[in-house]
Amino acid sequence: MHKIVLIIKREYLTRVKQKSFIIMTILGPLLMGALFVVPIWMATQEDEKTDVLVVDESLLFNNSFSDKDNLKFHFVKDMNIKEAEKQLDEDYYSAVLYIPQNIINSNGAEIIYKKQPGFNTIMFIETSIENELESLKLSEAGIDKKTLAAAKTDIKMRKSKYESGVKESKNTELSMVVGMLGGVLIYFFIFLYGAQVMRGVIEEKSNRIVEVIISSVKPFQLMMGKIIGIAMVGLTQFLLWIFLTTTIVSAAKGFLGVEKNSLPAPVPMEQTMNGQPALQPNMQAQQPAAEDMDEIWKSIDKINFPLLIGAFIFYFIGGYLLYGALFAAVGAAVDNEADTQQFMLPITIPLILSFVMAQFVMNNPEGPMAFWFSIIPFTSPIIMMVRLPFGIPYPYTDLWISMSLLIIGFIATTWFAGKIYRTGILMYGKKVNYKELWKWIRYH
Amino acid sequence: MEIFKAENITKRYATHLALDDVSISVRENSIFGLLGPNGAGKTTLIRMITQITAPDSGTLYFHGRKLIAADTEKIGYLPEERGLYKKMEVGEQALYLAQLKGLSRKDALTKLKYWFEKFEIESWWKKKVEELSKGMAQKVQFIVTILHEPELLILDEPFSGFDPINTNIIKEEILRLKKNGTTIIFSTHNMGSVEELCDDIALINQSKKILDGSVSEIRSAYKNNIWEVAYLDQSGSGLQLPAGFDLLATEEDDGKKVVRIKIGNHNSNELLSALIPRVNIVSFKEEIPAMNDIFIQKVNEMNALKKLAHA
Repeated sequence: MHKIVLIIKREYLTRVKQKSFIIMTILGPLLMGALFVVPIWMATQEDEKTDVLVVDESLLFNNSFSDKDNLKFHFVKDMNIKEAEKQLDEDYYSAVLYIPQNIINSNGAEIIYKKQPGFNTIMFIETSIENELESLKLSEAGIDKKTLAAAKTDIKMRKSKYESGVKESKNTELSMVVGMLGGVLIYFFIFLYGAQVMRGVIEEKSNRIVEVIISSVKPFQLMMGKIIGIAMVGLTQFLLWIFLTTTIVSAAKGFLGVEKNSLPAPVPMEQTMNGQPALQPNMQAQQPAAEDMDEIWKSIDKINFPLLIGAFIFYFIGGYLLYGALFAAVGAAVDNEADTQQFMLPITIPLILSFVMAQFVMNNPEGPMAFWFSIIPFTSPIIMMVRLPFGIPYPYTDLWISMSLLIIGFIATTWFAGKIYRTGILMYGKKVNYKELWKWIRYH
Repeated sequence: MEIFKAENITKRYATHLALDDVSISVRENSIFGLLGPNGAGKTTLIRMITQITAPDSGTLYFHGRKLIAADTEKIGYLPEERGLYKKMEVGEQALYLAQLKGLSRKDALTKLKYWFEKFEIESWWKKKVEELSKGMAQKVQFIVTILHEPELLILDEPFSGFDPINTNIIKEEILRLKKNGTTIIFSTHNMGSVEELCDDIALINQSKKILDGSVSEIRSAYKNNIWEVAYLDQSGSGLQLPAGFDLLATEEDDGKKVVRIKIGNHNSNELLSALIPRVNIVSFKEEIPAMNDIFIQKVNEMNALKKLAHA
């Protein structure tokens, strides 16, 4: 037991002290941080001063566009489009908006620019035109805007689950996000660190140190020491990533002065209409949105976090142990990394399959597919994480079966891998195939 | 008293028989040579002593009782296929391997300090193994093997990768270890070093033990009754050998003549009395066969027999 601790310590320390670990640990959160920060930064950059010269041949709009932040509309009369375009050379106007005479039928307008305006700007201009034309058409048809707004209907369906007299409301969208996140993390962890186990075994084999070590410890101890040591490296890295990512994101937010409500959000169109004060229906429209948020918070509160986190840690470790042993066996069977291809397939297929299945499971989280794939040890770490946020019927029978099978599963793969491992590590310069592996398993 | 004994060991791998009813016995405080051509089964036997594999049948004894798992700490092993972690520092790595052999960190540190000073390699401590030459790495490996002061030391081709100077250092170290009570099992193809170092040997060929015993006994058992005589022929009368003596070869060396004579059923005194009246004898010695020749002879004999049996 003392020796396996020595092995774990070595595996852990040599990896954590490596430059690549330190670089990855710093770079990972920076990349993740960039994923959050860059779009926000880009969005803030978009608001540079834009003056749009509007040539309105239809004469329908007549100064009716309201300006926004740095976007200003300048209506001109007595200027044809050719002359307007020339204005761009003066560098005062950044774009020319051309509204042709028959816009009401053609639904077409044109923007001519020197430097491409941002997506939001284009959207804003389009919406401005659309709103203006819509109200024109409405008044021509004699329909009151309020009537129309009152007639608009948007149904919100609450989902509640009934079970033994208890009704519980559900938010499936949120469950999907949480489930997918858990699944992706486990998938990522198994692949990243499983491959490290494999590389570690190949390294020991090609360095020829393995025989020196197994004259002191059992091959199984060496294999388990490596698997556990690397698991701890993985956990360390993940914890550091989470910590650093949170720090970087919050620091960057503070630095850029970005607040929640200045994030690029859809332009509330009614407000822009003729610069009129917001209309009554608009107020009503915002009410459900607030309720939505409230609902989300309520559902977040309803998610059984202790269960979810507990299960996550369990499947995280269980899944890694199951696959880690197989990765070790592959490493032992080959002489170098290039030869691993043929043996990697049976390991990657169930992992990728789980990933594909995750979408079907989300559509029907209590169907037979969800049940079976969340029970089978090779797919359960990912599928159960996807399934869990949707709720497992009390008394969690499925969960207990799945967990027990995963434990049996990793004991089985470890036993199986141990057999291949102890023969493979002493086998040099031999091209190994599946038949050969089967022989190794049958040695006693 | 033997420190190690293997009795009727058989090991079969899926396709071939690696060891076939092999028994060896290693006397305490001796150097035991385990000889044989490549693929004979030496490494399999060694891996059983180090408990990397187990025999299908037969028993292994250590100090007269059955070999147990804890004995690995009393056994040191330098495998033929050996190496170190390339990216690890020398000192840290030596400490790690010593601790795996059951030494405490503190003890390992004291002992390593002694050995690093003795071999004058203190400056390597912080170096990574990949910065060392092959010979340097081998030296570190040797130290790590003997650091825990094993009672039984197994050296598989210990001199490969060493230059003559370092070979000598290691040779002296092996002899010093023996003097201090260590028993050494020594596997090699270098028969010169077998004659020089080994007390006893076992020769394994094609999974079977075909010869064992003490080196001196084996060599005298394989004597061909050939004597080498150097003489000065001042009278120019030449050799006149009586019947029953065969002159095998004559060489001129620095004015002397050196001849090899097979004496058949006669004894050496008869040869001497035949020679004394005719020539001045400079040296007179019996030719003892080299281990190398015995090795080749035995292996070829067995292979020829096998071929006959198959034919």
